[in-house]
Amino acid sequence: MRQTLYDKLVDSHTVHSFDPDGRQLLLYVDRTVLNEYTSPQAFTGLRDAGRAVWRPRAALGTVDHVNPTAVHRTAEMPDPCGARQVAYFADNCRDFGVELFDVLHRLQGIEHVVMPEIGLVLPGMVVAAGDSHTTTYGAFGALGFGIGTSDIEHYLATQTLVYRRLRTMRVSVDGNLAPGVSAKDIVMALIRTIGAAGATGYAIEFTGATITALSVEGRMTICNMAVECGARGAIMAPDQTVFDYLRDRPRAPKGELWDRAVASWRTLHSDPDAVFDRDIILSAREIEPMVTWGTSPDQAAPIGSVVPDPIQEPDLARRRDMERALTYMDLKPGTRLTDITIERAFIGSCTNARIEDLRAAAAVARGRHVAPGVRAMVVPGSSSVRRVAEAEGLDRIFLTAGFEWLQSGCSMCLAMNDDVLRPGERCASSTNRNFEGRQGAGGRTHLMSPAMVAAAAIHGRLADPRRDPGVQ
Amino acid sequence: MMQPFSTVTGVAAPMPSANIDTDVIMPKQFLKGVDRGGLRDGTFHGLRFDPTGGERPDFVLNRAGWRDAKFLVVGPNFGCGSSREHAVWGLGQLGIRGLIGTSFAGIFFDNCVRNGLLAVTLDAEVVTYLSRLATDPATAVLAVDLPGQSIVTSDGQSFPFAVDPGQKEALVLGLDAIGSTLKHREEILSFEQTHLRQNPWLA
Repeated sequence: MRQTLYDKLVDSHTVHSFDPDGRQLLLYVDRTVLNEYTSPQAFTGLRDAGRAVWRPRAALGTVDHVNPTAVHRTAEMPDPCGARQVAYFADNCRDFGVELFDVLHRLQGIEHVVMPEIGLVLPGMVVAAGDSHTTTYGAFGALGFGIGTSDIEHYLATQTLVYRRLRTMRVSVDGNLAPGVSAKDIVMALIRTIGAAGATGYAIEFTGATITALSVEGRMTICNMAVECGARGAIMAPDQTVFDYLRDRPRAPKGELWDRAVASWRTLHSDPDAVFDRDIILSAREIEPMVTWGTSPDQAAPIGSVVPDPIQEPDLARRRDMERALTYMDLKPGTRLTDITIERAFIGSCTNARIEDLRAAAAVARGRHVAPGVRAMVVPGSSSVRRVAEAEGLDRIFLTAGFEWLQSGCSMCLAMNDDVLRPGERCASSTNRNFEGRQGAGGRTHLMSPAMVAAAAIHGRLADPRRDPGVQ
Repeated sequence: MMQPFSTVTGVAAPMPSANIDTDVIMPKQFLKGVDRGGLRDGTFHGLRFDPTGGERPDFVLNRAGWRDAKFLVVGPNFGCGSSREHAVWGLGQLGIRGLIGTSFAGIFFDNCVRNGLLAVTLDAEVVTYLSRLATDPATAVLAVDLPGQSIVTSDGQSFPFAVDPGQKEALVLGLDAIGSTLKHREEILSFEQTHLRQNPWLA
């Protein structure tokens, strides 16, 4: 049977098929991670119905969205609504037997950073969580996807989800990346190529030598952002790079169990003659450092180009969307992207706040200084990432260069805490969404890699990282 | 128990922009509750209200004829972005019962099904036609018949639509999905036992 990795993962987790060809099914889910803002109504639902959590040890709670990032933070939450969410979350985790990393826990951090770094995501798993970027776990050969609160409740009560099988898309990337071009640029180039809904209804499998050559962290960045082109699952066959990453993680299997697990994980790949519903081929050599100019992740362009002109867009609906985006972003067609000045720079989020991202940004910031008038923040993805960065001296590099070095959390990726853009402020951001108002009402977001954010902070304008010292 | 959906007749409002995301449908400042209530004001907040809290007269749901709209005829990739179900709860609290468009983001679509909101996917030409009817309150009334899987327009045309049988049943009956799944309790237990025995590192 010629099968894709996606279909192998779905088949191995199918409890019950509601139709003869297995399109609509009951899917067993191995693990979830919960946060404080999409879970409260799910726990309330369980309470009201008198239901227990099916398998409490298959869930982890972490506070990440509403918590402050202040250097000297305490358990006190300045915002009473956030405080209530955090307190209710703690009550729920305690009452239903779920482990919780609260704000002051030494392993606290963004859910999709914490789960991999402690070894809770393993190849072959199905992981569903109340956050769209759950696709991140595809980097391990796991099927990860985001769900809403009703489905969180369904998962907690039954360990399953009612699931519709997706179509499969293969994205092959071959060739060497040029210096200054990163995993972020690969996924931004893909989103630009197929559009913000280009993979709606699909699970993507990423293949090719360029992907295989990436670190696990780079792979996570790609899988994380695949949801921005609509993919509800973005997987990569696990390989030795993944096994080496997981081997000594605290929650990963050990000893004989580890050996058995790896032997099983080595079978997790699409069969050589598996057929995909759609094929996309990208050439790594043609990918340049990317930046968004608009208000949708597919409104992106190579940094060496200009703000596009809506007049040249033949599709009238798309032209109108471009015009609207340019009005919101206060940009004129034909402006060189490297002439766009910024007031804020943000390095953070589940897309790009892992240790490798901070190293890349610090390499650009080393020995230089943030431009006058720019406020630049570094928010590590987890408390563990923050400690590792400090052990390596990255905090000193950032602080000396004039960046703020803050505590971990989602922070100004979606600005549910007090890190918010003011109306009209323009931000170079290592995050995943440039939607209107996403980082603060009226705020203007340009997405890019962490090294490019560091370069933009130093130049005070969007910058081509290939011209910067320190770029890898 | 969610509100069952059989045949719903009401005004449709056009919202043709592409990629209307859940940050726009339900901005972050309305996500700080612990229950599902109080989201009506938050829905499309930045589009509906100006910074002083006054209604924006140009926003379609603020205009006479569309204030009580039950349907939105939307642009491609509606509901993309964050998984926040608050967006769907808010649409329901605003009185929206159905959405008609060419494509919906996956998590958002599932959230609709779980909350009795019908999201219908149709070809671009049909959506464009319905959108044009919706731009005039005089022609904007639609009758959406879920059991019969058709949309009847004010000019008497009928457009069939496809819907997954499981989702249709859930919407028409207002089913409790967890209750339905727990009928498979023994099957889940038996699967779990085998699955964890074969993959003991998952236990």
